[in-house]
Amino acid sequence: MAARAVAVTGAGAVTSLGTGAGPLHQRAAAGESAFAGGEGRCTDFDPVPALSRREARRTDRFCQFALVAAEEALTGAGWSGGLPYEPERVACLVGSGVGGLETFEIQQTVLAADGPEAVSPLMVPMMMANAAAAQIALRHGLRGESHCVIAACSAGAQAIGAGLRLIRSGEADAVVVGGAEAATSPIVRAAFLNAGALSPTGDSVPFDRGRDGFRLGEGAGILVLEDAEAARERGAPVLAELAGYAATTDAHHLTAPDPAGESAARAVRGALADAGITPADLHYINAHGTGTVLNDRAEAAALRRSLGDALAGIPLSSTKSSVGHLLGAAGAVEAVATVMALHHRTAPPTVGLRDPDPELGALDHVTTARPLTAPGPGPLTALSTSFGFGGHNAVLVLRAASGGRAA
Amino acid sequence: MTTAPDRASLTAFVTASLADFGAEEDLITPDATFEDLEIDSLDLVELGQAVKRRFGIQVRPKDMDGVKTVGEALDAIFRTAGI
Repeated sequence: MAARAVAVTGAGAVTSLGTGAGPLHQRAAAGESAFAGGEGRCTDFDPVPALSRREARRTDRFCQFALVAAEEALTGAGWSGGLPYEPERVACLVGSGVGGLETFEIQQTVLAADGPEAVSPLMVPMMMANAAAAQIALRHGLRGESHCVIAACSAGAQAIGAGLRLIRSGEADAVVVGGAEAATSPIVRAAFLNAGALSPTGDSVPFDRGRDGFRLGEGAGILVLEDAEAARERGAPVLAELAGYAATTDAHHLTAPDPAGESAARAVRGALADAGITPADLHYINAHGTGTVLNDRAEAAALRRSLGDALAGIPLSSTKSSVGHLLGAAGAVEAVATVMALHHRTAPPTVGLRDPDPELGALDHVTTARPLTAPGPGPLTALSTSFGFGGHNAVLVLRAASGGRAA
Repeated sequence: MTTAPDRASLTAFVTASLADFGAEEDLITPDATFEDLEIDSLDLVELGQAVKRRFGIQVRPKDMDGVKTVGEALDAIFRTAGI
């Protein structure tokens, strides 16, 4: 029996570009970025009316991002009138790097000022990193497996990959997957700055010669994945196919990527093999592209090692140039951006890239929105890479849907 | 800053807090059960903490044990306040 194909039937996002996958694609494609003080904060985000007063009060900001993005994704998939599958056959996996940091910080202050009796009993269910998966499941009645994938900056991509495997193995018919993060806190900022990862100038552009680190962002990305056959039977709208996934570990250093990119390259090769394609079949790469010198060079090395001569001819850009680095949500938001790029057949640029670092070698940097075409017989196909502190590497292969409905 | 408590001000405060927790304001009456208001045990602990902050009345989680209605919660708070 052939492996079950997996369709992306819904996508939702909350980023500093606005609430919605639409603004994420359209504004990024228009060359816009949304940073204030060097951070991609979701300043206009309002959890109400999407969430009830009760939900908003009992959820941390990262969880509110996830719930609002999930609302968009499920509505887009046509699930708003009720689940199209048995609730026990629908899973929910949402990654995060940190979880409910703001809640923890507030209650830490309460403890110091007013003592232990004043600490909120809601602190744990609000700060726990699995709250996003739990609250989405609670709101929509999803009764299959649910949990949080914790893998720093590759968490979002690994949650999507874990969901893909649940459908393929037959454990679930559909999964709600993604990542959420709200960690633009002074303490996180200080720690990343002191680790040499965060941009001290706040205007660093991925792949640019003058980059000096990443810029923090916040938000969430959620996808609805369905067994493609089941999606076809119910006439679901299909945005893309999630065709391949692989993940590896560097085992090189706790934070620094292996400069040779060997394990990251193995993840790329594994994802291509999983999708049954070769480097020549790729039409776009949504790179991890953080804007740290270490990442950008290791990523270029990994892509060159895995894609060979084909790399120089594949358009490549970094969503982090528009919205910043969303840590545990990055891979998920970038998967949404990749789905939208395929759906609209347009690659968003690396916003602000003017002087590419020559050390990265020959790359086809997208600097203004680029129409995507598939000259060969296969559908438009894209790669999305994610790498995290801890040496985690995760790579997704996404393919354009044929004709907007499941084939 | 705490205020000297009386029954009327405590009742008004509890009603406003429950509405803030997400209970439907029109339904908050002495006879209303917390189950109907969708107020759970975690909310009741927070209610006690809010009363402590506002009025200095030391309502502990155990004081709310077995409390089923808004009226019973008010009685528990009045009892603790000695009014």
